[in-house]
Amino acid sequence: MSYNSDNSVIQKLPKAPTGIDGLDQITHGGFPKGRPTLICGEAGSGKTLMAIEFLVHGAQKFNEPGVFVAFEEKSEELAQNVASLGFDLKQLEVDKLIKIDHVHVERSEIEETGEYNLDGLFIRLGYAIDSIGAKRVVLDTIESLFFGLNNLAVLRAELRRLFHWLKEKGVTAVITGEKGEASLTRQGLEEYVSDCVILLDHRISNKVSTRILRIVKYRGTVHGTNEYPFLIDEEGISVLPVTSLKLNNEVSEKRISSGIPTLDKMLGGEGFYESSSILVSGTAGTGKTSIAGNFVNQSCKDGMRCVYFAFEESPQQIIRNMRSIGINLQGYVDSGLLHFSAARPTLYGLELHLLSMTKFIEKVKPEVVVLDPITNLITVGSTSEVKSLLTRLIDYLQSKGITVMFTALALKDNKSEQSDEGVSSLVDAWLLVRDIEANGERNRGLYIMKSRGMKHSNQVREFVISDQGLKLVDVFLGPEGVLTGSAREEQQLLEKTGMALRDHAVSRKDREIERKRLVLESKIATLKEEFESIQEELNRTYIEEELKKSIIQENRHELTQKRDTQ
Amino acid sequence: MSQGSLSDTYAGHNHEGDESFVLRLYVAGASPNSIRAISNIREICEKHLEGNYKLQIIDVHQDKALASREQLLALPMLIKSSPYPEKKMIGDMSDTAKVLHSLGIIDPV
Repeated sequence: MSYNSDNSVIQKLPKAPTGIDGLDQITHGGFPKGRPTLICGEAGSGKTLMAIEFLVHGAQKFNEPGVFVAFEEKSEELAQNVASLGFDLKQLEVDKLIKIDHVHVERSEIEETGEYNLDGLFIRLGYAIDSIGAKRVVLDTIESLFFGLNNLAVLRAELRRLFHWLKEKGVTAVITGEKGEASLTRQGLEEYVSDCVILLDHRISNKVSTRILRIVKYRGTVHGTNEYPFLIDEEGISVLPVTSLKLNNEVSEKRISSGIPTLDKMLGGEGFYESSSILVSGTAGTGKTSIAGNFVNQSCKDGMRCVYFAFEESPQQIIRNMRSIGINLQGYVDSGLLHFSAARPTLYGLELHLLSMTKFIEKVKPEVVVLDPITNLITVGSTSEVKSLLTRLIDYLQSKGITVMFTALALKDNKSEQSDEGVSSLVDAWLLVRDIEANGERNRGLYIMKSRGMKHSNQVREFVISDQGLKLVDVFLGPEGVLTGSAREEQQLLEKTGMALRDHAVSRKDREIERKRLVLESKIATLKEEFESIQEELNRTYIEEELKKSIIQENRHELTQKRDTQ
Repeated sequence: MSQGSLSDTYAGHNHEGDESFVLRLYVAGASPNSIRAISNIREICEKHLEGNYKLQIIDVHQDKALASREQLLALPMLIKSSPYPEKKMIGDMSDTAKVLHSLGIIDPV
């Protein structure tokens, strides 16, 4: 929308900021300074409130005192009406920041007896402006004059003169007007106020009312032209400017854990990308909320601020249910890391949901946001509306660097496994939890349908929810295909038995060998002994032979000697 | 706008028995409307209420806070505070019949 017009050399139209959330954004700075602005709309559309906020914010934040000319309500009534928003008009009057002048108009009391003009009003207004140095003026609702005075020609001329005079005075004026049947206002005030016209409306669809604001015209400046939903709550008016669909958000390389180590492993080992969007879809009771709870738990554990938008269960319910799988969220709620915001989808229209969500996010400034489940939003809007809402929400969250996880209910007969909201194409990562029905039981299988920008597992993992938390188990591939649940456990048991038996067999063989070795060794010893005794025997015979030999020799020698001597 | 010359009080003689008229005419400076209104109402008073009225002419420019206090809007404005009931008229008082009727002097035509 903006073309760097801020740097332009040409003097731009000066603006008077309204201080209303979002309105200054779509008007690029506020109402035209020193010129009149018309706010028109039906009864109860928030005209007076917007005018009052313009005045009070001006006095409190922008150092621009203001005059409120009330044609309908008395100043006491007015003060009471806005006290609930925390505006202390009485005090502001005492501080000379605001002056309220109630103009009482009643036809029956006054007889017209010739030419007249509205000098009385001019004098009052002039006096009020001068007495506090007002820069802003609100006329609410000047059309009341038409009910009090008969001479239309005079009135119209006087109104023209009034707006001209206000411009000359240099005050930024806001005029409210009741919506007419064919024109913007009943008395055609838009003819006189040609600088800026804002239309307030409310639209009811499916018995849910949505307030809408539109800038009908704004001379001399660019402005948002859409219908912007707005919200009136205890903080006054906030307008939702989230419609930009720019695709130039910063990307992060940082990863953020899903809280389930095995799931992180499936996602390239580290989990989701920071400030990405994750969709968890699945049929009823597949543990979508548990995945979300786990994610929130992990994020809080890592010291990140989280916001959990619950559209189905109350925060207490979620905390209790999560406790049953070993997750204690209450601790994080107490420490202020985790914030719940629970609202039935039918509480207000879709746009207001977006508005209240962004408001809450602005307040809490989280790093992780969970929406559980988005499916329920479809009760208050059509598929395309929900998709547009989520697109804008994702856009908004990514611009803030917030990671978001949606859960969505998929219907069983939905063949394509698309979530009903058709958002799967928008998100960065999509986890699908599906029932796997076999052998008379229902088990959960988790797939990663997509995960942009990272290597991810293509396998089905069995998803087990136990007292200790969530776990992903490798699925067993048996002869009959993928095994889950008790079939898997059976297979696991079988394998375990086999292992034990094998172990046993191995040890028995070992012992046998040991025994054989012992037998062999003892045999070797016996043979050795035998050998030694034979050797000894042999030796003895040998020595005897030697002895015999030597004795014989000796004897022979002796005999020879004897013979010689004889 | 010239100021200060218009505020004045005119009092006629009291007729015995009759309740006297108390009139206040608010004008904004010496505008044509103001001047016409002043001369018209003087003429009416002299002609129909001779000696039995008290007319006060007030220039709102002299006391601007008065405008809010008296709930002034359209000017000139004539307020008849006595006799009861109070009546308010706006305009330059050129519609004599209407003025007289509002003052309760004659019946509607």
